[in-house]
Amino acid sequence: MTDQPASLYAARVPIFPKRVSGTFRRLKWGIMLVTLGIYYLTPWIRWDRGPNLPDQAVLVDIAHSRFYFFWIEIWPHEFYFVAGLLIMAGLGLFLFTSALGRVWCGYTCPQTVWTDLFILVERWIEGDRNARIRLHNAAWDLRKARLRLFKWAVWLLIAMATGGAWVFYFTDAPTLARDLLTASADPIAYTTIAILTATTFVFGGFMREQVCIYMCPWPRIQAAMMDPDTITVAYRDWRGEPRGKHRKSAQSDQLGDCIDCNACVAVCPMGIDIRDGQQMECITCALCIDACDDIMAKVGKPRGLIDYLALSDEPAERAGQPPRPVWQHIYRLRTIAYTALWGAIGVGMLYALFIRSDIDLTVAPLRNPTFVVQSDGSVRNIYDVRLRNKLGEARVFRLSLGAETDLDIAVEGSPAQDIEIDADSTRLQRIYITAEPGAPAASQDVTELRLWVEDLASGARASRATTFNGRVQP
Amino acid sequence: MSDHKKIDDATGVETTGHSWDGIEELNNPLPRWWLWTFYLTIIWGIGYTIAYPAWPMISGATGGVLGWSTRANVAADIEAHEARNADLAIGLVEADLAVMSSSDDLHRYGVARGAAVFRAQCSQCHGSGAAGARGYPNLLDDDWLWGGAMDDIAYSVRHGIRNDTDIDARYSEMPAFDEMLSDGEIEAVVEYVVSLSSAEADSALAATGGEVFAAQCAACHMEDGSGDRGLGAPNLGDAIWLYGGDRAALEETVRYARFGVMPAWGQRLSEADVRAVSVYVHALGGGE
Repeated sequence: MTDQPASLYAARVPIFPKRVSGTFRRLKWGIMLVTLGIYYLTPWIRWDRGPNLPDQAVLVDIAHSRFYFFWIEIWPHEFYFVAGLLIMAGLGLFLFTSALGRVWCGYTCPQTVWTDLFILVERWIEGDRNARIRLHNAAWDLRKARLRLFKWAVWLLIAMATGGAWVFYFTDAPTLARDLLTASADPIAYTTIAILTATTFVFGGFMREQVCIYMCPWPRIQAAMMDPDTITVAYRDWRGEPRGKHRKSAQSDQLGDCIDCNACVAVCPMGIDIRDGQQMECITCALCIDACDDIMAKVGKPRGLIDYLALSDEPAERAGQPPRPVWQHIYRLRTIAYTALWGAIGVGMLYALFIRSDIDLTVAPLRNPTFVVQSDGSVRNIYDVRLRNKLGEARVFRLSLGAETDLDIAVEGSPAQDIEIDADSTRLQRIYITAEPGAPAASQDVTELRLWVEDLASGARASRATTFNGRVQP
Repeated sequence: MSDHKKIDDATGVETTGHSWDGIEELNNPLPRWWLWTFYLTIIWGIGYTIAYPAWPMISGATGGVLGWSTRANVAADIEAHEARNADLAIGLVEADLAVMSSSDDLHRYGVARGAAVFRAQCSQCHGSGAAGARGYPNLLDDDWLWGGAMDDIAYSVRHGIRNDTDIDARYSEMPAFDEMLSDGEIEAVVEYVVSLSSAEADSALAATGGEVFAAQCAACHMEDGSGDRGLGAPNLGDAIWLYGGDRAALEETVRYARFGVMPAWGQRLSEADVRAVSVYVHALGGGE
C-alpha cells in the first residue's frame, strides 16, 4: 500500500461565471430586486397603532415579547402562529421542489441572491469571465491590488448594509439608525451587525457554491421531494449528442445540435457541466438555458437544447413525440397533497386569527388547598385569573359568573368586580368564588362553572370554563 | 504522486488505492477550508478553556483569565435586584399598612416579596398553600385567633405566639381541665360545645354542659362561645376547628388543653420582610 491519493483535501476551484442575458437572467434580476427590496425596506414601513404601541409595521419586539406584523400583534402565548408559518414555509418548499425542482435555490435563496449581487459587483469592477481569469492568474501588482481592494470594499459595504438591515427588525428602525450612527446603540446591535457582515462578506464573496455543496442540508433533502415528473433544468442529450464543432464537412450531418461551445459551463455559478446530467451541485438557476438559447439562435437551431423539462418525457422525446403538457406534470398526487396540506394549515391559521379576541383570560384554580371552609360553613375556591388586554389603551374589565349559578364571586382587593388593566398588558388577578353552606356546590365534589370577563367600554366578552370543588361530607 | 493516480472506471473518481475484496475506496476530497475550520475550532477550544473556567483540578476547577463565575453572576443579579427594589423596600417599611390599597404598587411588591418569605419561613407549619394543618391555623379562611386586620397579623408575625424569646409575644394559656372537672362534666361540656355549631347534639346533656361552660370557659370563650381575640380564645360556634371538632378531639382539648407556639419573626427577619409577609397573609383571602 505505497500508493497514496493526491490528497484527501481539496482547495476550492475558483469559478468565474460569464455574463449572460436572456429570459431567466431577467427574471432573476427582477426577483433579486424584489427580495432585496423587501429585506432592506420592510423595517422602514410605518404602521399607526395608537400612542402606546410602536409604529413599525414589522417588528420583533423581544424586550416586550411582542411580534407586530402590520395589523397583527402576536403575543408569546400565540407563538403557534409562528410555528404554523414555519410549517407552511416548509410545506411550500416541498410543493415547489416537487413541482419545479430547486427553484428556491436557483432564484430566492439568500445565498443565491447575495452571491449574484456580489458577482455583479465583481464583474463591474474586474470585468467579465476572461478578464477575471487573467486577473486571477496575474501576479500581484498595483492594478490587481487596486481592483481587489475596491471590490472587497464594495462587498463590505453591501455586507454591512445586510447586517445593518437585520437589526432594524428588532427595534425601532429610525431610532436605532440614529443610535448606530452616533455610536450610542446597544453593543448587541453592533455585535449582530458585525457577525452578519462577516458571514455575508465571506459567504457571498468567497464561499459561494461551497455553502450550497458542503454546508446546506437542502441539496441532500431535495432528492426526496423530486421525481421524474418534476420540471427541472436538463440537457436534451438525445438532441445534442454526439456533440461537436459544426463545420462544412460531410461529418456535420451526423452530429447533434450541441456544438460543444461550453457556453453553458462558462455561465454556471456552480462550476458544473449540465450536460453531465442531474447533479447535486445544480441549483437550477437556469442561466445555462439562457446561454444555450443564445447560441442556438446564432447557429440557427431551435431553442431549448438545455431547458426546463420533466425527465419522464425523455422516452417520448427520444421517439420524436411532443412532451406532455406542463400542467400534467405539475398536477399530480404529490403536489396536490402538499397544496392541500399547505392550504389546510393556512385556513386554520386564518380562522384562529379571526376568532382572536382583544380581551382574553386564562383561569388557574388553586389546588393547594382545593377549597377553604369559612367560619360560617360556606366553601370557598380560589383562582388565579390571567387577564389580557391586547388593546392600545387601558381598559376596565368586569369579572362575573354565568347567570345559572348560585355561587358568589369576589375579586381580591377590589369590592366591585372591576379591574383596570393597562394598555397592551396582562394582569394576574386572584379571585374567590364562594358557595353558601346550603348550596349544592358546597357539598358536591365538582361543579362546572364559567367565568366571564367583559370590557366595560366596548362590551366585548370572553369566557373560560373551570370547576368548583365542594366539601364532600363522609 | 500523480504517477500513482488510480481512477475508478465506473465513477471517474480517483481512488485512495485501498482495496478490500476488490472493492476500491473512492477519494472524494473534503474541502480544505473545512479542515481549516476544524483547526480553528481546536484553537478556539484551547482559548476558551484559558478564558473561562474549564479544567477540573483537585479542589475546584481552573478559574479562567476572564474571571467569569456563575456564582458571582447570581450574587450580582441579586444585588442588582435588591438595588432596583430598594425604594420599594424602604416604602414598605415606612408605609401605613392599614390604609394600603391593593392597587398600590407597594402592595403588589409586598405580596410578591411576602410570598417568597412565606415559602421559605412559614410554609413548614402553615403549608405552602397556607392552608395550615391540625394545630397550625389555616390562613386562607376568615377565622382569626388573634385578629385578621393588617396590624394584628403584623403583630403576630413580629412577636410570635406563646414563645419565650419575645416579651411582647401574644400569650394566653388554656387550663387543662383533666383534674379540675369530673368525667361527667367533661362529657357534658364537650356536648355543649358540639351543640354550639351543630344541631346533632344531645340537648339534655348539652344543657348540663352549658352550666359547666358558663362557670369554667365563658371567661375566655365568652358566654355564647364566640371567643376572645384578645386572648387568642377561638370562636367555638363557627365551622372551623384548629384541633378537630369531633367529640374525641374536643375531649382531648378540654382535658389536656392546647398550647400552640409560633416564633417571633421580628427577631429573625428584616422589618421589610415582616411587613411583606403580613401583607401577603392579609391578601390570602381572609384579611380584615
